[in-house]
Amino acid sequence: MTGLITMDDLTNEEILSILDDAERLLPVARGELYLPLLQGRIMGNLFFEPSTRTRMSFETAMKRLGGDVINLGDVKTSSVVKGETLFDTIQMVDGYTDIIAMRHPRQGAAQYAQDAARVPILNGGDGAGNHPTQTMLDLFTIRQAHGRLDGLKVVLAGDLRYGRTVHSLSHALTRFGCELIFASPTLLQMPAEIVSDLREHGATVTETEDLYGSIDDADVVYMTRIQKERFADEDEYARCAGAYKLHAKHLGDVKGNMIIMHPLPRVDEIHPSVDETRHARYFEQAFNGVVARMALLCRLLGVTVPADVNAQGGAL
Amino acid sequence: MSNEQSMRRVTAIRNGTVIDHVPSGQALRVLEMLGIAGETSVPVSLVMNVPSKKLGSKDIIKVEDRELTQSELDRLALVAPDAHVAIIRAYVVAEKLSINLGEEVVNVVRCTFSNCITTNAREPLAHRLRVVSRDPLHLRCHYCGRPQNLDDLVKNAL
Repeated sequence: MTGLITMDDLTNEEILSILDDAERLLPVARGELYLPLLQGRIMGNLFFEPSTRTRMSFETAMKRLGGDVINLGDVKTSSVVKGETLFDTIQMVDGYTDIIAMRHPRQGAAQYAQDAARVPILNGGDGAGNHPTQTMLDLFTIRQAHGRLDGLKVVLAGDLRYGRTVHSLSHALTRFGCELIFASPTLLQMPAEIVSDLREHGATVTETEDLYGSIDDADVVYMTRIQKERFADEDEYARCAGAYKLHAKHLGDVKGNMIIMHPLPRVDEIHPSVDETRHARYFEQAFNGVVARMALLCRLLGVTVPADVNAQGGAL
Repeated sequence: MSNEQSMRRVTAIRNGTVIDHVPSGQALRVLEMLGIAGETSVPVSLVMNVPSKKLGSKDIIKVEDRELTQSELDRLALVAPDAHVAIIRAYVVAEKLSINLGEEVVNVVRCTFSNCITTNAREPLAHRLRVVSRDPLHLRCHYCGRPQNLDDLVKNAL
């Protein structure tokens, strides 16, 4: 394994084994234990477009494990604005670091960078393409709640057309035999080629506009933000954005262990009344970004996570 | 109608290239892919939808005073992978060229997706399309993973 560009770079066994590593690293991610497994290693954080959670959680993950981070900084003040190609930027950072986490507005940029680099690339999102580290933290969150990944009924709702998070996650859930329900306004439906791809791989997929009628027997409801910047027409945005506003009052008949997830930031698709229910998992999910990325950094750098982290770790 | 009769619908050429067994109706697309359509100074003859024992019906293209290069053969592989290509010199077949569609098409065409990293012409790495299936032909960009529309691909020949 070189880098992680798409979820296809991991077998199901590798996914589960990385999630096991992540589970063991939880006390380190929480700051309860100091375990400098990556001491002396440097990660390059190359974010060519804005990111809060992904960039910060990569940085936290590296630092919690004793490693160091260098940042590209603001693209507007970097050599990119002078017309440097991605190839040249990668050549430079490749020489400075042991691993690179990157996000880029162009699809395919992560694979391109991996072909140009000596060090592993962790794809933190490329255009509307893939976002596999988000998928890993999503899978971690789901397994944490349900104790398994296989055979779950998962509702994915909101912007399924442009959301790279739901594209990567749908493929991964299909590999574990989950049933998928895609709830979205017609304008923001999951792209047809992805739906047919999923069906070819044996997925049971239902497409609907009715979110509230779909959640009662679900194990997971994965909400996404309707992105205003995708709409040319303000009225059309308002119609779509208002389509789904999940409120605590909608959760009366859902399964007791159903969890609600969201990659954040949210706007108003999940009402704050949901935050206090036992179903809300989106803030834990954001925290899990740290632990999932810690496990991935160790794996890609060839560092074994000890079976008993408590025996090897020390107090902070 | 015999194959010989099909071939003789247009006159024999002295020197050049004959592309036979082009899928019926695809001749214009082949010419576009080869960059022969439109502005070209060499005489081009084509017959379309003539009977063929092998294909049922087929198209045939004759390009005078021009021998196809390897990179043109690579492009031909994307629109007529089973075509037969013969180089004619002094009215006789001097060479038969084979078209090989490998597992990957490298530096032949650009990805058709407008937001692919390879649309930046200054990026130096090779343009790479993976052959997902041969019949029907399905290609995906090595970088962005997008499936390629063959009609659009014709416009993206390098």
